[in-house]
Amino acid sequence: MDNGKRQSVTVRVQINGETREAAVESRTLLAYFIRDTLGLTGTHVGCDTTSCGACTVLLDGVPVKSCTVLAVQAHGHQLETVEGLEQDGKLHPLQQAFWDNHGLQCGFCTPGMLMTALALVRQEPLADEETIRRAISGNLCRCTGYMNIVKAIRQAGRTVAQTQEV
Amino acid sequence: MFPNPFDYYAPETCDDVYALLHEHGYDAKVIAGGQSLLPMMKLRLAAPEVLVDVNNVADLRTMAVSDTGLRLGALTRHAEMERAQWPDYPLLSATAGHIADPIVRNRGTMGGSLAHADPAADWGAALLALDARVTLADAARSREVRLDDFFVDTFTTVLEPTELLTAIVIPAPPRESRPFGQYLKLERKVGDFAVVGVAVTASLDDAGRVVTAGIGLASVGPRPLKAQAAEALLVGQTLSPAVIREAAEAASQAADPVSDRRGSAEYKRTMVRVFVERGLAKIQADWELVNRASA
Ligand SMILES: Cc1cc2nc3c(=O)[nH]c(=O)nc-3n(C[C@H](O)[C@H](O)[C@H](O)COP(=O)(O)OP(=O)(O)OC[C@H]3O[C@@H](n4cnc5c(N)ncnc54)[C@H](O)[C@@H]3O)c2cc1C
Ligand code: FES
Ligand code: FES
Repeated sequence: MDNGKRQSVTVRVQINGETREAAVESRTLLAYFIRDTLGLTGTHVGCDTTSCGACTVLLDGVPVKSCTVLAVQAHGHQLETVEGLEQDGKLHPLQQAFWDNHGLQCGFCTPGMLMTALALVRQEPLADEETIRRAISGNLCRCTGYMNIVKAIRQAGRTVAQTQEV
Repeated sequence: MFPNPFDYYAPETCDDVYALLHEHGYDAKVIAGGQSLLPMMKLRLAAPEVLVDVNNVADLRTMAVSDTGLRLGALTRHAEMERAQWPDYPLLSATAGHIADPIVRNRGTMGGSLAHADPAADWGAALLALDARVTLADAARSREVRLDDFFVDTFTTVLEPTELLTAIVIPAPPRESRPFGQYLKLERKVGDFAVVGVAVTASLDDAGRVVTAGIGLASVGPRPLKAQAAEALLVGQTLSPAVIREAAEAASQAADPVSDRRGSAEYKRTMVRVFVERGLAKIQADWELVNRASA
């Protein structure tokens, strides 16, 4: 049980495979815990009103809008953020595909978009275009018009499917 | 943006939730998916002194199918219903995919949606169509309430501050009939609340006669509405164009919309009629398909 008075609650999470712990106010939102307390500023806050999806992170593998989850609700759970994608200096297939297909312009939506795409690609790497568009319908992009994002996710999915077969 | 300060509790049993709600009364709020409550707390439209997080209560996550019906724990997430494959309850997955966006659906719960009682909520309309009941419990008692008696007004239900909504109970479709369900929603953009939402369900026998019918309406009244007169018109009938038109007209008369920037009252009432007509016509077409396949 992780009860806490308003001033201070202990939040311990596994984030991108690393255990981190901090005491924060119970009202601290997960997005701000990740950015301000843990210093992982890859996760963006766009609307702060549960609409844009820029703050999307994976909580136990499931995409959530971290501006609308309390940090204390992640206590004892696994988190994944955009910083966890690159491994040993090598871009994740999704990052590579976004690069190759020009899947970003200003890049503000990208961290959230990548995390939503990561959950999809893990579950259904060969998803068709309609499934991809549906899956990212909670992530707004003001720049790209989505075409290249969809292309990138398809490419990444194929890469992931191939490497899984090997 | 961040909420006012609060004390946070995350009990693991219903009894512990009841005890906390009993102790703190009106000062406490339950948090389930948090997809309505946290935005309100961030805007300081809600500022509970005590937050009781029920996400660790395993009893609220159970699902049970039996001959008499389906019992869903209050913590059932919208996304779980979207993926659910229950041939006896086609309206559930048909509705879930229309709620908010996929990320909100991963978190938001059926119990939270009903307790929040937004007149625009999609579950309100769908579960009224299905004649669902909800179980409400506190330390002293547990009661089962028909959803139609549960909703009182905008954001207002019969839930007492000490009570927890623990489960949703949906009666099984009648034997010797096949259930169909359609959810139709007019929205300004993906993931938005309904301008008009219509849930239509009907169980048809081998002759195509309606054994039971349900019609629920979202966003066209102070609370989700059940179009009872229209439902009654359908029972015992086959879904001919004339019957469909009559029921659709009756449902649009049950609507009680107001004009706002999403549309005039007249437009919304008309859309109820159009959606009920489309929903029933699709059900009839689906029935014909199934019947032809099995003939
Ligand atoms: C961007 C966005 C778009 C949305 N679009 C739609 C939409 O199109 N259609 C739609 O229907 N909904 C929509 N929603 C609302 C969403 O479905 C919410 O998940 C739902 O309304 C509330 O469920 P929750 O579990 O998140 O409840 P919470 O936010 O946790 O709680 C809501 C209220 O219910 C109370 N409560 C929660 N659970 C219980 C319980 N078990 N017993 C007693 N009281 C309880 C809480 O105290 C609170 O007052 C949207 C939300 C967002 C953020
Ligand atoms: S910042 Fe969380 S949804 Fe926009
Ligand atoms: S790249 Fe600018 S918002 Fe998506």
